[in-house]
Amino acid sequence: MATDSPADTANKTTVHSLYHAGSTRRIALIAVLSAIVIVSAILSAGIGTVAISPEDTILAVVHPPAVALNAFLAYNLPAGVPVISGVLAAIPSPSNAQAELIVTGFRLPRILLAIITGASLAVAGAVMQGLLRNPLVSPFTLGLSSAASFGAAIAIVVGPGILGAWFLLSNDIFIVVMAFIFGWLSMLLVYGISRSRGTNQSTLILAGVVIGYLFQAGVMALKYMTNNDKLRDIVLWLMGGMWGASWTAVLLLLPLCLICFFLLERMAWDLNALAAGDDVAKNLGIDVEKFRLTGLMISTFAASCCLAFTGIIGFIGLMAPHICRMFIGSDHRYLIPCSALLGAAILLVSDTVARTIMSPVEIPVGIIMYIVGGIFFLFLILRGQGRGLY
Amino acid sequence: MELIVEHVNKEFGKQRVLDDISFSLGPGRILALVGPNGSGKSTLIKSLTRIHDPTSGSIALDRMDIRRIDPIDLSMKIGYVPQHFTYTLYSTVFETVLLGRRRYIKWSVSEEELSRVQAALDALEMGDQAGKYMDQLSGGERQKVFIARALAQNPALFLFDEPTSALDIRYQIEVMETMRRITLEQHSSVVIAVHDLNLAYRYADEVLVLSHGRMVGFGKPGDVLTPGCIRRVYGVESVVIENEYGKFLLPLRAT
Repeated sequence: MATDSPADTANKTTVHSLYHAGSTRRIALIAVLSAIVIVSAILSAGIGTVAISPEDTILAVVHPPAVALNAFLAYNLPAGVPVISGVLAAIPSPSNAQAELIVTGFRLPRILLAIITGASLAVAGAVMQGLLRNPLVSPFTLGLSSAASFGAAIAIVVGPGILGAWFLLSNDIFIVVMAFIFGWLSMLLVYGISRSRGTNQSTLILAGVVIGYLFQAGVMALKYMTNNDKLRDIVLWLMGGMWGASWTAVLLLLPLCLICFFLLERMAWDLNALAAGDDVAKNLGIDVEKFRLTGLMISTFAASCCLAFTGIIGFIGLMAPHICRMFIGSDHRYLIPCSALLGAAILLVSDTVARTIMSPVEIPVGIIMYIVGGIFFLFLILRGQGRGLY
Repeated sequence: MELIVEHVNKEFGKQRVLDDISFSLGPGRILALVGPNGSGKSTLIKSLTRIHDPTSGSIALDRMDIRRIDPIDLSMKIGYVPQHFTYTLYSTVFETVLLGRRRYIKWSVSEEELSRVQAALDALEMGDQAGKYMDQLSGGERQKVFIARALAQNPALFLFDEPTSALDIRYQIEVMETMRRITLEQHSSVVIAVHDLNLAYRYADEVLVLSHGRMVGFGKPGDVLTPGCIRRVYGVESVVIENEYGKFLLPLRAT
């Protein structure tokens, strides 16, 4: 053909070689990102008002299970078996006596919350962008964040009151529950409105934006009417942060978000097919409307679960999928895990900086994330088409 | 594969877009849908792959109503190339074509699927472009990628909605020749909406003329696409020229 260039004819590439080379590079990239998240987590656990070495950090995490294992072995094995003394010799308690309490009691839940939240928001963003074929879609633009804010603001202003007493909810849990319910159900509202006007996805995005503004009006009204203390609480919640970290939050979110992640990952091929347009996707045997609603509900569920505990964390849902697409392409099988890891890394690093840069004073994570992430994103855009894959 | 369409009507709200369409198409045959813009060609094609169902009437593949065929099975039988196509910024040519194999892929992609993608691209002489990004291609090349995606589906019935509209004359002929070859080799049937009446003359076995959603002609191209029909449907005076290469339609002026 006329478009043959010397380079093309010299080393003839086939679909096979392209596909396999692409897969290998994608898996390598995911492995590197995983390593980054793990190393960041270990380093982050050591940084703070009390510095703890990476060895002590790891020991602080693995020592308690080692003690338990040792006790188990001592109970079940006959005395004198060398394994018993070997366990605790291999995994001694950390040299810093406080390490265990600081790491597992305070820092680890916070680190895990940052990882789970960053991953969930990024995955939600990646899936929403794929479902609606729009690169500007994120939990923010679809009104989810505003709705969750409104739910939280109501909870803060009104307090648990009669309803809370009924369900034995404390103030904090009431905020979490309200934020979650409003965040998740807002998607049903947005979808319902868009469906009544046909099935166009721009209508859905517009409905999301409009619903977002309506909830923002509600938040503003509540802020304007309430007293100073509650106003401060609302503002802090809106800024978002990992203050709400606890083992309860982590143990609740981890299974929920993992389930959502696997469900969404299973949708990867159909998400790829949807990129070719609704009509082509239907021709490929996909029930597009059902698929889109299911995907939106699952991704919104994961995002609102996390937002309920952390408050508003913007930007990751928009940015992480974009950066990943630049490096890993648009195959959702890889894009979803890649976004999850990048989102986790971004939020974890930002949160670590936010809590340590002016130690002992913490600053809201959003400030760090928007500045560092924004500059990095701008750099990627200005550098031109970042297409390292093929 | 035999396609039988009987008394199909389609209404959008109060507007009737298709009005009592009936025809049949045998295996290995090419049917050209012609008619002015807005005459219902795209709507008819979309009905055939259940992008939307007709308001009334029936569409059957091998005597089985397509509404009773499992969507997954149906998707293996019908390949569709839309008039307007969509792609994402970071998708490559071969990944786009690979989507045609969606129904045969569970999770990982086998060597056989990749070979089929290669074959589909080669059939349209796009093999050496496999690793390019979609937005690096010209409009015509992109259209060929979407045609390759339908080829990769390996269906019994191809639906093409103006597949050659963005192609220059060389590509048009390439694509039509490829389609002709596939119908001969694989006995697949083709329903193709075209604006170029001479392509219909040259490549179609049958022509269905639509005007305001109604069938105003169905049959062999030479019998249907007469100057009288062109005048009624398009409001254009034309003459048919016949020489050793076949029949050609030359539009003269609007009436």
